[in-house]
Amino acid sequence: MVAENIAITGKSARASHIAIASTVMVAVLVLGPLPPFNLYPVDLMRALCLALFACAFNLLIGYGGLLSFGHAMFFGWASYVAAHFAKVGSISLPYWVGMWNWVVIPLPPLTPELAILAGTAFAGVLGVIAGSLAIRRQGIYFAMITLALAQMMYFFALQAKFTGGEDGIQAVPRGRLFGVIDLADNTAMYVFVAAVFLAAFILIYRIVHSPFGEVLKAIRENEPRAISLGYKTERYKLVAFVLSATLAGLAGATKAIAIGLASLSDVQWQMSGEVVLMTLVGGLGTIFGPVVGAAIIVAMQTQLVSFGEWVTIIQGIIFVACVLLFRRGVVGELAALLRIRL
Amino acid sequence: MKLRCGGASLFEIFGIPSTALFGQLLVGLINGSFYALLSLGLAVIFGMLNIINFTHGAQYMMGAFAAFLLLDYFDIGYWPALVLVPIVVGAIGIAIERVFLQWLYRLDHLYGLLLTFGLALIIEGAFRQRFGSSGLPYRVPESLQGRQDLGFMFLPNYRAWVIAVSAVVCFGTWFVIERTKLGAYLRAATENPTLVRAFGINVPRMIMLTYGFGVALAAFAGVLAAPIYNVSPQMGSELIIVVFAVVVIGGMGSILGAIITGFGLGIIEGLTKVFFPEASNTVIFVIMAIVLLIRPAGLFGRGA
Repeated sequence: MVAENIAITGKSARASHIAIASTVMVAVLVLGPLPPFNLYPVDLMRALCLALFACAFNLLIGYGGLLSFGHAMFFGWASYVAAHFAKVGSISLPYWVGMWNWVVIPLPPLTPELAILAGTAFAGVLGVIAGSLAIRRQGIYFAMITLALAQMMYFFALQAKFTGGEDGIQAVPRGRLFGVIDLADNTAMYVFVAAVFLAAFILIYRIVHSPFGEVLKAIRENEPRAISLGYKTERYKLVAFVLSATLAGLAGATKAIAIGLASLSDVQWQMSGEVVLMTLVGGLGTIFGPVVGAAIIVAMQTQLVSFGEWVTIIQGIIFVACVLLFRRGVVGELAALLRIRL
Repeated sequence: MKLRCGGASLFEIFGIPSTALFGQLLVGLINGSFYALLSLGLAVIFGMLNIINFTHGAQYMMGAFAAFLLLDYFDIGYWPALVLVPIVVGAIGIAIERVFLQWLYRLDHLYGLLLTFGLALIIEGAFRQRFGSSGLPYRVPESLQGRQDLGFMFLPNYRAWVIAVSAVVCFGTWFVIERTKLGAYLRAATENPTLVRAFGINVPRMIMLTYGFGVALAAFAGVLAAPIYNVSPQMGSELIIVVFAVVVIGGMGSILGAIITGFGLGIIEGLTKVFFPEASNTVIFVIMAIVLLIRPAGLFGRGA
């Protein structure tokens, strides 16, 4: 009875912390582009997409304990696919009859929401393939496998015709949402990106606090024990991987439409490292950590853009400092200080 | 059975001119030498420290740069550099182990990966800041210039030297670890450090020196690579990801496995360049995927 009471108060207390933190987050989203802050909407959209990317990544490392060092493949490829469908539409597929030929399926350019869906779905399928390979090994090997697979996808992106190689896919039209709302206006685009971000954020929160999320945490803490309790841990890990990949794809696809560019820098290993950094800075395994981490890293990159290579050096220093000194990250340290869970 | 035609031979194997085939085989062997040296270092470090050394690529790059700088600023040539550079970079490695890595041994492996990744970013960024991204040339030493006519192909002396010396260093390392008393201590400390410590062996120092040795191997590979590839800040990060795939394919359980996998994959990559050039960048990753499907523990691995 007592234990039950504690559990109930604990739950409601946690709910109120989350509610306060969420209110702050939404307030920042609403007030950010308005005076007196006047943040540039395009910068904000980029930050939001990266924050969503980091949240998706955190679902895997923070709650499943799986460190993927190749998440750029989902982010980058989803942005290529979305950009292609929004700008060109037609699909060319190679086939082999004595020599390589191309079959062209003529399609008109898609509306932005469909292009984003296509990119997200592609990332999901890629997640199924990469995930079922990577979960065959654990720990350090898992990280190396995902990194190697991502590098393979990078070379595919470099060689494929539709990605535009070094140039990327430039000048992607934002189009009309549902064929009606013109997204060329920055405010409309910003509202759309913020809505996508919030919806995905709520979804991730629901996943983490669902029975599925609890099993995932159990696997993170002690996999042999979870197996002995009868859970098919491989299946749980694969589902977590695919969810994470799909949401990372949603972030990449939305970014391609909002910024109007899909380029090699989004599929490169540096991007995979960046998402690890954002999550680590904010706090692994905290709901709000990746958002805060993304905000910090994007702000730093925007401030230091004229300093060239110093950005890389500072990112490396932050990595080292986080691992040695603040393994819980900004939000994790704050939560520990206030003795709450965020 | 040599068919000579004006110095170079012109017979065909599977419709491919033999010079192209052997040329790419040679390139494959050279790449394989570097894969073997680097994955060997990674395996040795992982065995003792339980850390995947992401800085390995950056340390290889530092080796190449150190050789370049020695020549440029101090007029110290290739041969002294081959000895000096591994010592200097290995000492830097030991400093890194003392300052950063030694605090991580009790933590999850992943933190070691993250920390060494951060160090790699710092080192690579610093070199790019100082030297720019373009490659710097390093001349082949006088004594190894020229080439041998083998009848079916020309073999540049320097490339023959690289293959030979890496094979010797690889098997020397294997011999020391698997066949000497020092190696027996190392293997014992890998299995059970507490027990080995109880026998009066200074395990932390052994760990430190092992890391220094692994880093020195990377730097040695860097010096060997300097005359073949251009010396550039990003030469290491491109290579290290492939080496990770090599390590996944071979499994880090066996030293000999790392060597054989390294050379073997280099050759396969070279052959792919001949028969299916579009896939030459990705063939190692594809092989990794296939190996994971068939034998998840890796070719020479013992369990996951």
